[in-house]
Amino acid sequence: MSVLTTPRTDPGQRPGSGPVRPGTVSAPSFHRRRPRERTATDVVTLVGSLISAYCVNWLIFERILSGVDLFGFVVCTYLTFLVIFGVVTADRLGRLVATDRVVTLLVVTGALVVLVPLVVLIGYIVVEGLRALRPNFFVEDQQGITPLMPATAGGGSHAIVGTVEQVGLALLWSLPLGIAAAVFLNESRSRWRRPVRVFVDAMSGLPSIVAGLFIFAVLILPYAQSNNPLFGYNGFMASLALAITMLPTITRTVEVVLRLVPDGLREASLALGASRARTVWSVVFPTARTGMTTAVVLGIARAVGETAPLLFTAFGYDLMNSNPFRGPQESLPLFVYRNIRKPDEAAIARGFAGALVLMTIVLGLFAIARFVGRDRSRRQARAASMPRSTASSSARSSTP
Amino acid sequence: MTETTLARPLSRRPTSRARQESPVTLVGGPPPGPAELEARDACAWFGDHLVLEGVNLRMRAGEVTALIGPSGCGKSTFLRLLNRMHELVPGSALAGEILLDGEDIYAPGRRAQEVRMRIGMVFQKPNPFPAMTIRENVLSGLKLARIRCDDKERLVEESLERAGLWREVKDRLDRPGGALSGGQQQRLCIARSLAVHPNVLLMDEPCSALDPTSTRRIEDTIAELRGQVTVVIVTHNMQQAHRVSDHTAFFLAEENQPGQVIEQGPTAKIFSTPDDPRTLDYVQGRFG
Repeated sequence: MSVLTTPRTDPGQRPGSGPVRPGTVSAPSFHRRRPRERTATDVVTLVGSLISAYCVNWLIFERILSGVDLFGFVVCTYLTFLVIFGVVTADRLGRLVATDRVVTLLVVTGALVVLVPLVVLIGYIVVEGLRALRPNFFVEDQQGITPLMPATAGGGSHAIVGTVEQVGLALLWSLPLGIAAAVFLNESRSRWRRPVRVFVDAMSGLPSIVAGLFIFAVLILPYAQSNNPLFGYNGFMASLALAITMLPTITRTVEVVLRLVPDGLREASLALGASRARTVWSVVFPTARTGMTTAVVLGIARAVGETAPLLFTAFGYDLMNSNPFRGPQESLPLFVYRNIRKPDEAAIARGFAGALVLMTIVLGLFAIARFVGRDRSRRQARAASMPRSTASSSARSSTP
Repeated sequence: MTETTLARPLSRRPTSRARQESPVTLVGGPPPGPAELEARDACAWFGDHLVLEGVNLRMRAGEVTALIGPSGCGKSTFLRLLNRMHELVPGSALAGEILLDGEDIYAPGRRAQEVRMRIGMVFQKPNPFPAMTIRENVLSGLKLARIRCDDKERLVEESLERAGLWREVKDRLDRPGGALSGGQQQRLCIARSLAVHPNVLLMDEPCSALDPTSTRRIEDTIAELRGQVTVVIVTHNMQQAHRVSDHTAFFLAEENQPGQVIEQGPTAKIFSTPDDPRTLDYVQGRFG
């Protein structure tokens, strides 16, 4: 049946033919067609299919067979539900619509299944952490804490101070280097760009414990006899190890945002008589400013949760040590790691409190990154760095 | 930097508005007045591909020279040759000489930055700096080329006035430059180029992305600049070349041949009684 012969509700009106004269034409009540609309019947079909699938499976497993575990029951119910829903929809609306709806359901289910572990993980840490987290966590250290004391006694202020100092110093070393490397990769015409890019990529795949091991072997071990506190376990050494892990993240992210700066702006600057260095400094950097801020925050977020590089650099310490250049220092990931390995319940609870604080900090940093970089350069910059950071954040939630 | 005071015609025609040579003084900028530009046997390569061959062209001081011709005949390349932007393309090469007031801009020991400061450029696509306000955009040349200026407010007004944009933006100088319309952005780019007081202004199809009204404004601006700055404009619009230029050069590239200047001369002659039949065909719209 062609469109032209479709019967209309009002055959006298031919909408769209000629100018509409107000007054003479009382707006005809068109039947609005929305091909993708969900009607109440669809919802009833969905719920009904779910209920009947549950009933069928209950009948089979509980009455006829001798029961099944929860997982098997859920999977079988889900599959039955898909079949019933598909058959009913096909009967009502045809095969095309049925296929569409069933595939939509599959995709939505997939998304939910992926979300479950994330929510469970975060929820578990929040619930466990809140049990031991009290305001004194932010002001006290572990001085005088014995294994028999409750989890709420003592705090992690020494770990927070250590994390801030170590990450701050690491940023101080890695930011200039990372930006310089990104400028080299994007603004120069050297033929060494390719090898350097490959090297940076390889470096971002470096296991972070190797970074710690490198600092330990090169800067700490050879000076073990010298009694120089600068070359012993301290926060400064930890910051060097962290800088190694941050460097590729910052370099790649900054490079991506520099690449987004249109060449026309560089040409305009050069045509005004600027040198290449001046162009980078006064035109390219200001244009890419928001993206570069995002890069910095992502670099921090990457480093703040690292445990492995700190194991034999900062070493860990139960008391407040605010001097990063002298003596072992605690940091939040180390605090979590060291406490959760202890045999007493209270220490484990304190470890969860530390994990909650750490997770909140990382979450806050990502929120800042999203907020600051929410202009056009955001998507690409995140695309370049997200896979790596999500991989590391899931890795760091387990014990190293 | 200001030692180049060779013979330069001092015949500055009075402009329509009784504005004298710029009252704002710049320190470390280009020498005052328009300059003559001359290409001698200029050739250009991209890699091994010769795109421009043996161009001899004189662009007289204070006049407007139009470069016309079909796409791909080397007009833009020639223009970029004139202020050393060509050499920024990897693998590019050139031959011949480009003389700015009689001195080769490619002479060894001559800084490309100094050349580009004296020979400004306006691009096909408006490219104001998005991170800067309108005022900062106009003054960006000072910062980028390290020129000092005693009165920046007057320089902003003067440059925007010369580009025909002052009245439209004078109340929002601290807004970002990217918020303007396309035509306004292009005039902002012209103001930015004019703020460093260049001797020559190169324009690479400055109106191709603009509507007729904006085009008209920019043509007015070019007419105003006559006598103050040497203007070289590449255009695909024959009427525009006819309207704005004193001198016209017709570029043409035969198939698989490098581009050449087929004919050059006073605009009136090129558009009425050219010597070469190919020029006549082109300006009358019979091909290209």
